[in-house]
Amino acid sequence: MKGLKEILKHSDNVINGIAAAPGLSLGKAYVFAKETLEINHNELTTDIDEAIALFQEALEKSHKELKKIFGFAKEKMGEVRAAIFEAHLMILDDPVLIGNIVERIKGEKKSPEFIVDDEISKYQQLMFGASEHYMKERALDIEDIKNRIIRNLQKKRWQSKIPLQAIVVSDNLTPADTILFTKSEAVGYITDHGGLTSHAAIIARSLNLPAVVGTHDASTKIKNGDFLIIDGFHGIVFINPDENQLEYFSQKITHLDEINRDLQELKDKPAETTDGRKINLLANVDVSSEIDLVITKGAKGVGLFRTEQIIEEFGEFPDEEEQVKIYSDLANRIYPETITIRAFDIGGDKVKQFDLQEANPFLGLRGIRFLLENESLFKVQIRSILRASVYKNVNFMVPMVSTIQEIKRTKQIVQECKAELTKEKIAFDKHFKIGIMVEVPSAAVMSRDFAKEVDFLSIGTNDLIQYLMAVDRGNDYVSALYQEFHPSVIRTLAHIAIEGKKSNAQVSICGEMAADTLAVPLLVGIGLDSLSVSPSAIPSVKRTIRALNYEKAKQLAEECLNHTSEVEVTQTIEKFFKDNLIQRTRNIL
Amino acid sequence: MIETTVKIVNKAGLHTRPAATIVKLASKYKSEFFISKDGLHINGKSIIGVMTLAAEMGSELHLTFDGDDELEMKEEIAGYIAGGFDEL
Repeated sequence: MKGLKEILKHSDNVINGIAAAPGLSLGKAYVFAKETLEINHNELTTDIDEAIALFQEALEKSHKELKKIFGFAKEKMGEVRAAIFEAHLMILDDPVLIGNIVERIKGEKKSPEFIVDDEISKYQQLMFGASEHYMKERALDIEDIKNRIIRNLQKKRWQSKIPLQAIVVSDNLTPADTILFTKSEAVGYITDHGGLTSHAAIIARSLNLPAVVGTHDASTKIKNGDFLIIDGFHGIVFINPDENQLEYFSQKITHLDEINRDLQELKDKPAETTDGRKINLLANVDVSSEIDLVITKGAKGVGLFRTEQIIEEFGEFPDEEEQVKIYSDLANRIYPETITIRAFDIGGDKVKQFDLQEANPFLGLRGIRFLLENESLFKVQIRSILRASVYKNVNFMVPMVSTIQEIKRTKQIVQECKAELTKEKIAFDKHFKIGIMVEVPSAAVMSRDFAKEVDFLSIGTNDLIQYLMAVDRGNDYVSALYQEFHPSVIRTLAHIAIEGKKSNAQVSICGEMAADTLAVPLLVGIGLDSLSVSPSAIPSVKRTIRALNYEKAKQLAEECLNHTSEVEVTQTIEKFFKDNLIQRTRNIL
Repeated sequence: MIETTVKIVNKAGLHTRPAATIVKLASKYKSEFFISKDGLHINGKSIIGVMTLAAEMGSELHLTFDGDDELEMKEEIAGYIAGGFDEL
């Protein structure tokens, strides 16, 4: 069977984007273009009472639709995210808005749809005019309400046009859109804009459907009814695939189904090597709804909960009560397993809210650097995480640490927060564990010294490789130099594992590398205690661990540490899989 | 008619949830209720109106109440805003 690289090399029908939710689907494209509703500007042709009755009818219909969406959203996304639909419902009952519209229909004798459009657009103009970023989002949300009423006035029913089990393609999806497509059993989502935390991505992940976002131009390149393959593992889409591509992916899908069935059986089995070395297999979580997936896939807790998405979700920094609620909820749901919550890693590409205009954001004010500059904000988060730690299953992790001073200062702040809480008689876990992300080369080199300061080290491979190889993997000119298996990377990982252990810290890895089954024997072999991967990768990683012999894995690591090129390393590992008859879920993830 | 000025004390400002709550509280009363900020003058019983107010932490809202139950109305609504939307 040809590899994916081979397939891609000969393809000119491919669209690339961000792999926002894993999975593979084949299906017909449903290109969802935001309806440009034709507004009738004419004088009323019917009498006024009839026009007002029509308007009331449209309001009722919109109310019913939104209520359904609200109910469905609560079930799928939880109360907090669904709250925006409640406000939308209230708009339909807004006495001032509705009163004005009715008065204007009477006075101006124009079509209700014209008045609705004009009246609601006035509010949107005000929102667009505000300087706050979230007001623009709010204006877009209201667009949904406006169009819904107008559509119902025109008695158009666009839902009936959505084919079942389609792959939805759009420039952008509103929360209401996404929920509706879910009801039509959409099998995948592709959007021009958006990132990992866009609505389409979040819902796709919680439903186990593939999503590719940030494609720039998918909705113009793809036509309605085009046959598509969506690969949410790699963030690629094939338009009207040729025979080769089809064959390749149908085999993969069949294979993936088989694997999923097999892997399901692994759920309750331990991640343990054939000679009894237990590996702590944990999950990385972006959004709270993924936590259910963590449990069903059989992870032993959450090794990394990224909190940045909360800011995006709230459009601002959530206050202490809001944060306590989120963290406590997660800690409760994962109990008795443990969750490691990482402080806001803001900066770089993570959150656009703070437009610092840095020439080089990846080398700029991000992670702990940003947090120590904004201490009050940092404190609110630490207090919230402490308050969520009452069941003793919450750890705290600090991103982008590069100096010992940074971690010392962080510990001081944690102490201050603990003292405050004690004074306020608020409970927390007194033995709350603190760790750091090792993702800057300076921290990697000084692992032993950092390990003396903290309870655990967690290696973030994505950034570590980027900084170590001095390569931006988003930059096509140099992305080939982003080599996970480069000997310098392997040696650095081994150094961190060995040095960390010297100070009795637990050493784990939470980067994407750990989800690559090829890397698993090596990571186990260099002595890492725990691996944290995306929930969907848990079963395949577990299967690899269970097929491994730890002693042999150590020898493999020894051998790889002497190599001088990535090719040698990968060939050695591939040979290891073959020699030891370990099945690889190759190219599936 | 009575007037008062309140400060937004929440970090998150006047976001969608408290906006909805203010409107819900206001609808319980008969009196008229207006909010002014930065030249915008909106009816406090209108959710879409309240949602157009971009009110960050520290910004001030000028509230006017007019009607039979204006006192009770002012107590409850001004209290809710000044108290941090029950979220602090």
